[in-house]
Amino acid sequence: MTINGWLQIALFAVLIVLVTRPLGAWMHAVFEGKRRFLGILETGIYRLAGIDERREQHWTAYAAGMLLFSAVSIVALYLLQRFQASLPLNPMGLGNNSVDNSFNTAVSFVTNTNWQSYTPETTMSYLTQMVGLTVQNFASAAVGIALAIALARGFTRRQSGTIGNFWVDLVRGTLYVLLPLSIVAALLFVWQGVPQNFSAYVDATTLEGATQQIAQGPVASQEAIKMLGTNGGGFFNTNSAHPYENPTPLSNLVQMVLIFCLGAGLTNTFGRMVGDQRQGWAILGAMAALWLGGVALAYSAESAGNPAFAQFSVDQSAGNMEGKEVRFGIAASALFATVTTDASCGAVNAFHDSFTPLGGMVPLINMMLGEIIVGGVGAGLYGMLLFVVIAIFIAGLMVGRTPEYVGKKIEAREVKMTILAILCLPLAMLGFTAIASVIEPGLAGLANAGPHGFTEMLYAYTSGAANNGSAFAGLSANTPWYNYSIGIAMLIGRFLVILPMLAIAGSLAAKKIVPASSGTFPTHGMLFVVLLVGTILIVGGLTFFPALALGPIVEHLAMQAGTLY
Amino acid sequence: MLNQLRPAIFVFAVLTLLTGVAYPYAITGIAQLAFPYQAGGSLVTRDGKVIGAEIIGQNFDSARYFHGRPSATTATDPNDATKTVPAPYNAANSSASNAGPTSKALIERVQDDVAKLQAENPGAKVPVDLVTTTGSGLDPHVTPAGALFQVPRVAKARGLDEARVRRLVEDAVEGRLFGLIGERRVNVLKLNLALDALTG
Repeated sequence: MTINGWLQIALFAVLIVLVTRPLGAWMHAVFEGKRRFLGILETGIYRLAGIDERREQHWTAYAAGMLLFSAVSIVALYLLQRFQASLPLNPMGLGNNSVDNSFNTAVSFVTNTNWQSYTPETTMSYLTQMVGLTVQNFASAAVGIALAIALARGFTRRQSGTIGNFWVDLVRGTLYVLLPLSIVAALLFVWQGVPQNFSAYVDATTLEGATQQIAQGPVASQEAIKMLGTNGGGFFNTNSAHPYENPTPLSNLVQMVLIFCLGAGLTNTFGRMVGDQRQGWAILGAMAALWLGGVALAYSAESAGNPAFAQFSVDQSAGNMEGKEVRFGIAASALFATVTTDASCGAVNAFHDSFTPLGGMVPLINMMLGEIIVGGVGAGLYGMLLFVVIAIFIAGLMVGRTPEYVGKKIEAREVKMTILAILCLPLAMLGFTAIASVIEPGLAGLANAGPHGFTEMLYAYTSGAANNGSAFAGLSANTPWYNYSIGIAMLIGRFLVILPMLAIAGSLAAKKIVPASSGTFPTHGMLFVVLLVGTILIVGGLTFFPALALGPIVEHLAMQAGTLY
Repeated sequence: MLNQLRPAIFVFAVLTLLTGVAYPYAITGIAQLAFPYQAGGSLVTRDGKVIGAEIIGQNFDSARYFHGRPSATTATDPNDATKTVPAPYNAANSSASNAGPTSKALIERVQDDVAKLQAENPGAKVPVDLVTTTGSGLDPHVTPAGALFQVPRVAKARGLDEARVRRLVEDAVEGRLFGLIGERRVNVLKLNLALDALTG
């Protein structure tokens, strides 16, 4: 580890803290309907689609709208891949995508996972990338933000039957939050070297006289929303490690800030909505503590390099560089890996499969905890609020008083729904891993032997269910078994968390607001932050430690003992 | 639930036009005007021919050129379409090695590469970036140490003074942004172009 490395990490943290308030205030105003600079377009959409923007929805109607929109999206994206060969904007003449991979990819992009078991430059036409994948980069993120806002309304409404209008939230999030920021970010990326064209791939004659075919495309426009919407699906196979997706250290820093900015901003939006910004800062504080722990472990593990190289005449002062890029080095690669899995982004600028065992365990743990460390846009906030409910419940048990959070009593129904949402993730992650590790089609995909191979499977289902999309990419996942099973894990991880969460929003909205009294546990202070972090680590630890012990932990011990597989 | 089918279809259609058509075309238009070189892929031409992209690494085997890092990219086997063959720096099929840290294959590969590199510069320790594969398979850079390590070989192959070649490398080192962000590095293609310009 170097001082420069830590300074780069500190700079990132400062930038996130700086953007949290302005973005929080902006989103608060947008969802209150106070920022409508594209008002004509907005009302035009409502008129065309038959939406009464003043009419709010009960949580069940809100959920139904979200489910229908997701279903339409999945079907459209599936069909686009299946017919791309006969459609325009396909200069390389790529064929139609397979049935199982089209299903997997459609689910993947609609659930904001952006897991990719295909190689984009040899699979997806420019039309599919743009009209299919880029659209879902926006839509799945806007859905996430809408849901977080709906849950926050649950905490702020008094005795209300409604939690907002899904269509209005979806349209406003896209028009006033995602699109403007994406335009700025896309142009910044082009300036740094990200291509934006519709040319066929270029055939270059190298200095040594060989032919090098170089993939092109409308990359920058997708890159911007890929990061901002915590999507993470690369235009190219190697994602943000590819020099065309992430050409410079500056573009890299901007990408990491984009991953966190809306999730961090939403904690402030939440604070504003409940009338006390300190509530937002307390949540961000708990997130920051978990973030820092992850970065420190990943950075130190990757800096230490690979002990198996010590027997050779190698200068390993640059750290574990297998699968990493020189322009980013260890610090920016370890930070990126942590940030992309704290959020539900899943973009990578270095290959997690080649990280040291402990370095690779950090992204794995981040996803297992449910991506609540800033988290996916929207998904991070509502995921974290579920843990808040558990923490508050435990605190209430300790003092024997009905727990309250920002003025709402947390009762049996909320706690039951929370537990349902929190349990479905490990069920999908561990359940599918257990099946894959005993059947032929599961084991056939492994690229590495020994405990590392087990971790490849565990990582795949964890990433799918957590809607992250990063991978231990050696796993050959473009097979019917993995495409279907990970597709199902992604659906479970998205919708079986959202539905109980919306039910909680609905039941909270219907409650009275209880004024704070001397017996109310303050939820904006250090004590609460510690309790929240402790709850998250205990729930995560009890659930996942055995699986981690079989994978990265035993591999770390084997590596220290000099065992190879 | 079905009364929301109309909004579902129409909102989806409008968002598709807006974010999937209008947005990428608008960005393309502005980018081609404001940053035509970058938007076109940062292509480098010499004598009127495209010789590569400035920010995409390319494969160098000859002793007369500086080499980039090992690349794990592959191409379809020309004799059997179901198989792949190694094709370093294939910029139409980027990929990483994904070799785990306890992989026997990885350690054996590093051992072989170290042995080869030591033969060309005995006595010096091999910088780790020269024996580890790039994440993208297309890393345009090596570390300054990785370039300096290759100076004796290149100088000998070109019949140049080592000090002259070393100065060329030192001039090619790109620093950190504001002295802080990123890592110090050398763009291999640009260095080799400068080398060719030097010797003609």
